[in-house]
Amino acid sequence: MKIKQIYKVLTVVIFSVITLEACQKLFPAAPAPDNTLAVGVIPGLTPAQLQEHALGDDEFSQIFTQQQGLGPVFNNISCNNCHVGNGKGSPATALTRFGRATGRTFDSLVSENGPDLLPNAVPGYTGDVLPPDANVQVQLIAPTIMGLGFIAALADSTILANAYPHDGVAGVPNYVNPTSFFIPQAFNIPFNGQYIGRFGRKATRVSLQDQVVFALANDLGGVTCDYNMVKPYNYLVGPYTGNYVQDPDVSAGFVNHLVMYLLTNKVPPRRDSANSDVLAGAQLFTNIGCVTCHIPTMVTSTLPGFPSLSNQTIHPFSDFLLHDMGSELDGGVPEGSAQSFQWRTAPLWGVGLSPNSQGGGLFLLHDGRATSFIQAIQFHNGEASARKAAFNALTSQQQQQIVAFLNSL
Amino acid sequence: MKIFIFNYKKIVAVFFSACFAIYCHAQKDSSLFKRIEIDTSKQKLNMDGVYNKPFLTMGKMPVAMGGYMEANTQYSVTQGISADGFAFQFQRVSMFLESSIAKNIKFNSEIEYENGGEDIEVEYAFMDMEFNPLFNFRGGIVLNPIGSFNENHDGPRWDFIDRPISSTTIIPSTLSNAGFGFYGKYYYDNWIFAYETYLTNGFDDGIVSNADGQTSLADGNQNPDKFDKSNSGLPMFTGKIAIRQRKYGEFGISYLTDVYNEWKTDDGLIIAPKLSASVFALDYSTSLLNDRLSITTEAAKVWVQLPPNTVNTYGSQQDGAFIDIVGTVIKHKMFGWNNAKWEVGVRLEYANYNIGSFSETGGPIYDYIWAIVPAIAFRPVGSTVLRFNYVYSEQSDEAGGNFILGNTPVKTGTMEFGISTYF
Repeated sequence: MKIKQIYKVLTVVIFSVITLEACQKLFPAAPAPDNTLAVGVIPGLTPAQLQEHALGDDEFSQIFTQQQGLGPVFNNISCNNCHVGNGKGSPATALTRFGRATGRTFDSLVSENGPDLLPNAVPGYTGDVLPPDANVQVQLIAPTIMGLGFIAALADSTILANAYPHDGVAGVPNYVNPTSFFIPQAFNIPFNGQYIGRFGRKATRVSLQDQVVFALANDLGGVTCDYNMVKPYNYLVGPYTGNYVQDPDVSAGFVNHLVMYLLTNKVPPRRDSANSDVLAGAQLFTNIGCVTCHIPTMVTSTLPGFPSLSNQTIHPFSDFLLHDMGSELDGGVPEGSAQSFQWRTAPLWGVGLSPNSQGGGLFLLHDGRATSFIQAIQFHNGEASARKAAFNALTSQQQQQIVAFLNSL
Repeated sequence: MKIFIFNYKKIVAVFFSACFAIYCHAQKDSSLFKRIEIDTSKQKLNMDGVYNKPFLTMGKMPVAMGGYMEANTQYSVTQGISADGFAFQFQRVSMFLESSIAKNIKFNSEIEYENGGEDIEVEYAFMDMEFNPLFNFRGGIVLNPIGSFNENHDGPRWDFIDRPISSTTIIPSTLSNAGFGFYGKYYYDNWIFAYETYLTNGFDDGIVSNADGQTSLADGNQNPDKFDKSNSGLPMFTGKIAIRQRKYGEFGISYLTDVYNEWKTDDGLIIAPKLSASVFALDYSTSLLNDRLSITTEAAKVWVQLPPNTVNTYGSQQDGAFIDIVGTVIKHKMFGWNNAKWEVGVRLEYANYNIGSFSETGGPIYDYIWAIVPAIAFRPVGSTVLRFNYVYSEQSDEAGGNFILGNTPVKTGTMEFGISTYF
């Protein structure tokens, strides 16, 4: 009996020791750095910038409620709800942009709570419905937020260097009116008081600050800030806001933290870049002319205060210009000088990790209609028709090599 | 727990200080005390949880006092990062007051201090009036009898430091409200039949307007006015039926339903359709092998009518469950304690906050958490426990974020050591 008890005590002690010894192994490890979209922060930031990045990170995941100024109508309740894990969104969280097209004129129906449909509402209110006079609408899934700092650091001259007819394509910059709070960098070149937009699927935002302010009010919904006190509401239901929160709902500092977060996110490293299929695919990608628009390499300009964003060689695989993509991708909704059939060349860095943020599937193009790279290529018409034809002329094995290359980005 | 009686904090503190001052003075003669000792690790009827506690009585005073405390250390790592590092946590201290007012009339209460006294909440404070064992009246602040954990939430009863996920987020334990109702028991041979039924105040719009970004009965239970009025102006119904067989254990079925939204103004103007929240729960507990093995389990399903135009991260259905299996491996005199016990156990738990699929894509919504919790506990006496837990969990919907699309779940490992004791 006594021996039996000793065994029991020993069992407990041994189990405890093993448990303690195994502690480190029991704690889940970080995902491999080359297999995640959230790869962290760019190097070379000051302590204050790091602090602002961390604050912006928290704010990016913050759930907004009515008490914090959300609504009364809104699209979603958190930035992270659409830009899941910093990556591409899914059709399940897509945004609807609408308007009325009449011949060559377009009305984004701001007087009827355009341009974005805000279908959700705080309790007691009714979400947006499509106004009866809206005759066009386009679904937009959230783009990835990786590498935005490098795009912000591109000089206008670098973007313009690839513009206008060459090699069978004719990319054009989207000149847009700057917001009242836009502070141009030395590399921003005005043209008739307008500046080159570079953010958004139609390159309608000049700066990240501009993008964040617009997104708070429209893509999220109803969140006012020091830069924008206009609160969208559903004019079809009633002209009153639905909360008792004094505007602005968030401060300029809140916006600036978000901007810092977006500016300073790293780009995920490539994977399998030495694989023979990937190398062959990269060569084919160049040979058939995809790189005319999906430009592999650019050099950033000087962005004061950000040495690791400045004068860097980057590989975004984009020219950040608008291209005619043909009638199949014509969403019917123009933005600024960007026509409804024109889309900014989507940067491809990180595109191979898209399934990590899209629930394991793949939803490509502006509305997520393509569920594979090959399908996405088949939707490339207009200026890209010749490249698509060249892709279709490849053997199946060569096409798969291009897919392997895209997956490595 | 949030602050529900914030304005009464000082009054409550003074009241309890005064009560304890009597005892402090009395400690000059310890023979004045009489401890009503029980082994709280043993199961009785779940509905008896509010009385199945050790109390201290003094002389012929008609008031018995008691309470418990919980504290623990914690080190948690999520995906290779320990956000909070090593932490000591003082979860709570609760104090009980029980009094026999007259024959068949009793008063019972528990007041809980959390976060070092910053949050104070009356967990329950009710009067029981017995007319017949099968028919008793209870009124005041009552514990809603949904599931089994809500009425048996005292820390020292459990070998697990954290409360079950499903019992705190699917069923928002501790769930108590002001109201009235009836309960009773009927004994037959080795069988006990019991029931409880109450009408109380209920939830509020926090169920679907909250900072968690998901449907949450727990958030709907934070209304500071809940002891004063019903948000909807309608009572919440809670009912439970339980059957216990001495050999096979206790099985309970419970149901709760409430209109939670403010559907009309104070002037009677109807401004919205009534929206309901309902919970159906099953629970089972038993002791086997001469009380050396205990099994406790609870499962709950929630239905919530959502307002129109609610973002798709809010689910209209939720479910969750846990099962605790605890075995006594050593029961022996140790370090002077005659019935000291070493116990090992494991908890398996799960909660899904958004059952369904996306209308946009038809794809399933992922919003779940599951965890496995091995535990070792030492009980020098039945009312005191030292416990060591490891918690491994996977969550598809990261807190504050949204992984409902089915992306790789977030993995967390947590080491905990804690103590909990009645006093």
